Amino acid sequence: MPDSMEKSSVEPGFKEKLAGYTAGVQAYAAPYLALPNDSFKKTVAVALALCLVGAIVVSGSAVILRPLQEWNKSKDEKVNILEVADLYQPGVDVETVFKNIEVRLVDLATGDYAEGMDAKSYDQWKAAKDPLLSEAIPANKDIASIKRKPKVAKVYLVKEGDQLKTLILPVNGYGLWSTMFGFIALEADAETVVGMNLYDQAETPGLGGEVVNPKWKALWKGKKVYNFTGKEFHENNLSEKGQTIEIGEVALGLVKGFVDPGKAGSEYQVDALAGATLTSRGVSNLVQYWMGKEGYGIYLAKIRNRRG
Amino acid sequence: MELTQENKKVLVEPLVENNPITLQVLGICSALAVTSQLSTALIMSLALTTVTAFSSAGIAFIRNHVPSSIRIIAQMVIIASLVIVVDQLLKAFAYDVSKQLSVFVGLIITNCIVMGRAEAYAMKNPPWESFLDGIGNGLGYSLILIGVAVIRELLGSGKLLGMEILPLVKDGGWYVPNGLLLLPPSAFFLIGLIIWAIRTWKPKQVEKSDFEIQPAHGAVHGEAH
Repeated sequence: MPDSMEKSSVEPGFKEKLAGYTAGVQAYAAPYLALPNDSFKKTVAVALALCLVGAIVVSGSAVILRPLQEWNKSKDEKVNILEVADLYQPGVDVETVFKNIEVRLVDLATGDYAEGMDAKSYDQWKAAKDPLLSEAIPANKDIASIKRKPKVAKVYLVKEGDQLKTLILPVNGYGLWSTMFGFIALEADAETVVGMNLYDQAETPGLGGEVVNPKWKALWKGKKVYNFTGKEFHENNLSEKGQTIEIGEVALGLVKGFVDPGKAGSEYQVDALAGATLTSRGVSNLVQYWMGKEGYGIYLAKIRNRRG
Repeated sequence: MELTQENKKVLVEPLVENNPITLQVLGICSALAVTSQLSTALIMSLALTTVTAFSSAGIAFIRNHVPSSIRIIAQMVIIASLVIVVDQLLKAFAYDVSKQLSVFVGLIITNCIVMGRAEAYAMKNPPWESFLDGIGNGLGYSLILIGVAVIRELLGSGKLLGMEILPLVKDGGWYVPNGLLLLPPSAFFLIGLIIWAIRTWKPKQVEKSDFEIQPAHGAVHGEAH
């Protein structure tokens, strides 16, 4: 140990200084060490000294390793985004693929892009906790049980040249034990699902925790989110510049039992998780909320309208 | 440092003779939870061996100055600090595995092997011996964990360390995987079988019965009364 310290240190006389400190500590600790083990004074002293050492070790490792951990986390998030958009293969360079993805902020109330904020550093779920950047959801509208929603959401647009290919939308909602966080990816038509990925959840392993099962996630591909009634006057409709835009009803959800692909309406149905009724309900609610008017509904309706 | 005869014994004995899982039946909880894949079992073994070795050494270092009234808490502070450091290291250098292991790394704190070695060995022996004892017991745990994980992953999903060994029927191969082996109870059966095998090989490990079953009256002659 002293050898390595000598090498790494540039300060002259470091060894002497260290020896001085050690001697100081020893001189200070000596009267305590000499006490009988079970005396009150020694018990308190040992407990305090141990706590101090433990605290230094723990906080030191947390502080030193934080940059690496954050880098891992952000890389993991990028991998999740690529996965949900069907762009991820093992061994692919995440940063290169991510260059084709445009990060934009969307004002959920108007469905327009929000300018003037740095999209890359914006954290939607942090904002949801900030009273200035979020709003409380009235209890009767809070189907996903998330209490607050951010005013501005962060969406990821996968582009091929100028053409929009995939939309990736962050979502969250309460399951059985935890608030689940994830992404839903839609095709450029803003209604066909490309993928669904709940990357952060603490549901029962083996039951609700099966939301991360690749086989189950694959069931979402190609499903449709909206059922369009075609009615001109519908509570859900949006009027802009004298024109009516239909948001549509969110029809996508989980159903119990086998989804027969031949039956009508099966394009709106995903097989629920066996033995996990409440988690399945949570996932349905999350889709219902975030794809609806309170969530990305208006934004998505405007995208469909622009496509014509 | 030279390994003495005594040191070697401390290091080797927990592998089979005094294995923490099969003889002392400690640390079963994590042995069930992390053995459905070999990779998680390996990382868990490494984490537990590190924690046991360093916590034993640390506890042995201060063993003469620990008041007996706060003995267990003092041990826990050292063990818990080390476990947090290991957890932080995993999150920094093995992020994917740390996500799979999730709570089980944190639960090393309550692993009976760590506490057991601290209380049974480190409190009475010098740091270097305690360190070796920690390594030995960690390796004993690892041996069983890895053995169970190899069987579970190979027969349960036809793979080892994620690489295909037995081609599965659904991928056009011939092997029908045994789903039971992916569920935690299968680890119970496997550990039971391992204990059986070891005790057949080394009958010394078989515990004496607490009482002997009396033969029923008349059973000797086979007559009914």
